[in-house]
Amino acid sequence: MIAAIVVVAVVAMLGVYVSWRAGRLDRLHARLEAARAALDVALVRRSSVALELASCGLLDPATSLLLASAAHDARSAQSGEGNGQELPESDLTRALRAAFGQPGFRASLNGTEGAEELLMELESAAHQVFLARKFYNDAVAATRDARRRPLARLLRLAGGASLPEFFEIEDSLVGTGEADQGADMPHLTG
Amino acid sequence: MKIGLVCPYTWDIPGGVQEHIMGLAEALIDLGHQVSVISPADDDAPLPPYVVPAGRAVPVPYNGSVARLAFGFLSASRVRRWLKEGGFDVVHVHEPAAPSLSLLACWVADGPIVATVHTAIPRSRAMHAAEPILQSALEKISGRIAVSEAARTTLVEHFGGDAVLIPNGVSVRKFEKADPLPGWPGSGGALGFLGRMDEPRKGFSILLRAFEMLALERPGLRLLVAGHGDADEALAKTRPALRDRIVMLGQVSDADKVRVYHSVDVFCAPNTGGESFGIVLAEAMAAGAPIVASDLDAFRKVLRRGQAGELFPTGNAAELAAAAARLLDQPELRAGLSAAASAAVRAYDWPVVARDVLRVYEAVVPAADRVAVAPQ
Repeated sequence: MIAAIVVVAVVAMLGVYVSWRAGRLDRLHARLEAARAALDVALVRRSSVALELASCGLLDPATSLLLASAAHDARSAQSGEGNGQELPESDLTRALRAAFGQPGFRASLNGTEGAEELLMELESAAHQVFLARKFYNDAVAATRDARRRPLARLLRLAGGASLPEFFEIEDSLVGTGEADQGADMPHLTG
Repeated sequence: MKIGLVCPYTWDIPGGVQEHIMGLAEALIDLGHQVSVISPADDDAPLPPYVVPAGRAVPVPYNGSVARLAFGFLSASRVRRWLKEGGFDVVHVHEPAAPSLSLLACWVADGPIVATVHTAIPRSRAMHAAEPILQSALEKISGRIAVSEAARTTLVEHFGGDAVLIPNGVSVRKFEKADPLPGWPGSGGALGFLGRMDEPRKGFSILLRAFEMLALERPGLRLLVAGHGDADEALAKTRPALRDRIVMLGQVSDADKVRVYHSVDVFCAPNTGGESFGIVLAEAMAAGAPIVASDLDAFRKVLRRGQAGELFPTGNAAELAAAAARLLDQPELRAGLSAAASAAVRAYDWPVVARDVLRVYEAVVPAADRVAVAPQ
């Protein structure tokens, strides 16, 4: 009799534990989805502002053309064209870096109407990408970790969901390459 | 005439556009014109006296690869200064749709502008996004030149209007005379190839198969190959017994390139497509090499329907082998083709091509004053 009670109790506790783990995974997946949505919004915003900067006539046509084509490639990738989103987004970062990396870039736009606003908007959009990507990758790490647990794997608590991938891009406008001039960059991102 | 040429790509890295501009500039100078070229280059880079450096080109992703380009307001102000000091009758920009100096020159210049389009690029949606940016700068171009039919189609599709077709030039005198490489062509006969081995459209694998067919019956025959590509990988596909009869030089200097053309009995151009003009073919003709080439439209035209070089059905290794064998066996046939090639290539010699370009300059110059800097 006592043995039976113990067995029932153990099974019940196990059930509670498993459902708690499954609930946790569920919450992690929800957090992941929200983080991904925020990242997508940030990327769309960044490419939109870059495209606006390219077409506003403030910059010379060569820089405009570079930014426009990089922003366009990023947008195509965002809407699911081509293979992979990370490379076009990194390319957009590099194009922005090359555009802003020229010594005296900010000074050259000083006094031009609307320039300061656009640059600040770009700065904030790029910073948003930096933050959103950080939080998304955090969520990916947590989810991957939870799903790697033996219990989760044994009981397939995640169901058929595929293992989430990290989103790896260059997102800092202050690069390490030769184009890096620091001072004239939008003051950005860690 | 005072002529300003604008090069979009960095001068210190060799490339088709840079070579074109160099050939054109030197031919125009020889014809007695004053020429200045502005090009991305370091200020301390060794440059010909007619080249003005516009500062270092920056590597930046463009069109799916990383290109070295000069853009931005600093480059624009260099171009502006060059225009002011030059006082040109005409400015001739190359590859104006690339985001570099040429586009900047269209932007800051006011006056007669001629543009040459070199590459054929498929119309893409990215171009669509950039069109308004390009349009306002390119509208200022009063004379357009395309180096090939494909480049011309690109231009017409993207920007409307039309363009004059003036093919690429070759500097015949640079190729005419050279000593063969030591030991070449040798008594057993030699075939030659120049170009990327790993680029399928250059047709190197077709030549390898043809060489295998010929080499079995001709124990002394050798193959001389110059150009970029993995030599071991290319050789792995051939019979081991033949490998030491294929000599791979890899990438060669300009001087050695000329010697390669003079080192072979038969020069092979087995391309399967993509060559709008075939600068390699024109160089081989300038060197007076007997040529066997694919029956591509462009090659057929350059080789005067087979009078200046044997043509074989594109991609057919057996026919290539048969044509090469005919030439190897008949020295008088080779001599005839060599003379015909030297004569035919005159039409593509830079002094001749430069005169065609000058006619375009003359057509646009009376319409306006000298090139000035546009008010910003």
